[in-house]
Amino acid sequence: MAIEARAPPSQFVAKLRRGLGGQAGWRGLALQIVFVAALAWIAYEVVANARANLAAQRIASGFGFLTNTAGFGVSQALIPYSESDTYTRVFFVGLANTLMVSVIGIFFATIIGFVVGLGRMSPNWLLARIAGGYVELIRNLPLLFQILFWYLAVLAALPNPRQSISLRDSFFLSNRGFGVPKPIGAAGFEPFAIAIIVAIVGALLLRGFARRQLFQNGRLIRIWPYVLALLVGLPLLAVLIFRKPVTFEYPELRGFNFSGGSRIIPEFVALTLALSIYTAAFIAEIVRAGVQSVHKGQMEAGASLGLTRGDSLRLIVVPQALRVILPPLTNQYLNLTKNSSLAVAIGYPDLFSVFAGTALSQTGQAIEIIAITMGVYLAISLITSAIMSFYGWRLGRSLRA
Amino acid sequence: MKRATLVFTLALAAGLSAQAASAQTLKTVKDRGMLSCGVSQGLPGFSAPDDKGNWAGFDVDLCRALAAAIFNDPTKIKFVPLSAKDRFTALQSGEIDVLSRNTTWTLSRDTSLGINFAGISYYDGQGFLVRKSLKVNSALELNSASVCVQTGTTTEQNVADYFKGNNMKYEVIAFGTADETVKAYEAGRCDVFTSDISGLYAERLKLAVPADHGVLPEVISKEPLGPLVRHADDQWLDVVKWTLFAMVNAEELGITQKNVDDLAKSDKPELKRVFGTDGNLGETLGLTKDWVSRIIKATGNYGEVFDRNIGAGSKLGIARGLNQLWNKGGIQYAPPIR
Repeated sequence: MAIEARAPPSQFVAKLRRGLGGQAGWRGLALQIVFVAALAWIAYEVVANARANLAAQRIASGFGFLTNTAGFGVSQALIPYSESDTYTRVFFVGLANTLMVSVIGIFFATIIGFVVGLGRMSPNWLLARIAGGYVELIRNLPLLFQILFWYLAVLAALPNPRQSISLRDSFFLSNRGFGVPKPIGAAGFEPFAIAIIVAIVGALLLRGFARRQLFQNGRLIRIWPYVLALLVGLPLLAVLIFRKPVTFEYPELRGFNFSGGSRIIPEFVALTLALSIYTAAFIAEIVRAGVQSVHKGQMEAGASLGLTRGDSLRLIVVPQALRVILPPLTNQYLNLTKNSSLAVAIGYPDLFSVFAGTALSQTGQAIEIIAITMGVYLAISLITSAIMSFYGWRLGRSLRA
Repeated sequence: MKRATLVFTLALAAGLSAQAASAQTLKTVKDRGMLSCGVSQGLPGFSAPDDKGNWAGFDVDLCRALAAAIFNDPTKIKFVPLSAKDRFTALQSGEIDVLSRNTTWTLSRDTSLGINFAGISYYDGQGFLVRKSLKVNSALELNSASVCVQTGTTTEQNVADYFKGNNMKYEVIAFGTADETVKAYEAGRCDVFTSDISGLYAERLKLAVPADHGVLPEVISKEPLGPLVRHADDQWLDVVKWTLFAMVNAEELGITQKNVDDLAKSDKPELKRVFGTDGNLGETLGLTKDWVSRIIKATGNYGEVFDRNIGAGSKLGIARGLNQLWNKGGIQYAPPIR
């Protein structure tokens, strides 16, 4: 007679109880439900009370204003915008301006930050001192002050539009900004674009091939002449066969300002400069801390393999340092994005300036507009953080492998 | 300034969700022993600290008159400097009792901000300040110009309307504060600086060489400026309204800072009512019988306040124009005290 093993008792209920209620079991679960309900009730009361009081004081509320006509001008709009558009459109114009200055600011801040941070550890005495001086000077001055400095410095250095500095009558630099010819697609545009895409894809394939050769067969292949030939040659060929891909609309002085062409406004230049220079000082210190956290034996090992200082940094030290650098670097990116709201001081039309500024004062709906603006900055920050976390996760995985 | 907006908004949200707004500003002010008055961050002639650090100006004097009427002491005031953007939120949240900061009376502000305008202390209009070296004689010659404005004002919309209405192109650059706007204009970022004309005269004094800049003749909008209070406190609205009216009436009746004591003894029926020797008009407002003489002793009548701060007797030298009394060719008019 076979003795059947008794099936173990089901753990499901116990696990559920533990998972939902923690150590306290079902009682813990009940407490949590009560707590959440209380929170929800408080939130509801706050909102309902505020609504009732707003109505009692006859302060307009709700989000209906978003479809009203804004009726004011904006100096830089990346998406088509005119005075007769709605406040929703204004919101997106401001958002696009904020994103543009943030992305470009982050790009330059990272480059300057890495150069200065590595420079500060350079064996070259002068370079190390200059980098050190940069960090100490820049990070210890208030950002608003730097923004105003760059703005007024940029403006003061430039002539008025009638005396603008021109380059071959197509580029104009004045205190109204930098006027550049605006490309307009012509007949040959499509083949030209396709040629560029093909060239880029080809270059990437070549790079993959070269890396495989290096890792599998230990053969070092020099690919940059081919890449260059692809990237320059193909588009050039397309132009020769299909004629001009674009025609240019040149800026022209008419009345007080340039009309036609594209223009980079001085507010944008000053804000980007100030934000990237300021944030770079902090990034430099983060980079230094990261690199110094890598054991110096790594550098010595690189040297004993015959790698130059630059190569050891690039191939051995920085990839390991990146793991340490990444989290505080993310903080700096978030700071830069949030600091871009100082733009209102120099008249750059960012989200805070046009939406939480002009739109707010025209509609008077402070609570709604501030809530939307806070939500947007929060979303931008969370997205940036998520991207950086993903990058960190990939980096961690490849270093472990 | 950005922080200020947030603080006021949070205060507003918190205040609104906590209790219904108190509708007893006069009592609150009396209990506190101090009037809280919102003014500009520094507009010469209207509200700016003088060389001794005391707030002075046309808008400031209205607050002083109020404090004099309530406490018989024009110094019992806390001045709160506000940017154009923060001013309404500061009033709504109860941070200030009255806003006297060259604010334009418009329908949308009156109906959707939870505020009431207490009258018109200055009839203004929007204009343009340009460099004389540009040789521009009319605003209609401003096609394609760059225009500097201060954000949070009615001016941004007026500029858009004016340029669009006249089929002209323009570029608008909006700054957070008046100072930043003027600096950018002076640095040559803009061809034109636009604001209420009174403001243009005042800001011009901040430029290196004021005489190099001129105000164009066009007035592109109506900008009736006046003090304002929170909605739903009629008694307080009356106090502010009649303080302003008292100053205008005083000018009309010839009551000045110098002769106020003599005229207070007059037995003319009209003056007796004004000075409270007959009837109790002041008390019906929640003030004292001698409220008018308190006001005039502290600040002088409307004309005196105008001349001292922004008119002929000041650096600004703005002509009375529309702000002359109704019986002298202007439109400044106050209902009678009786």
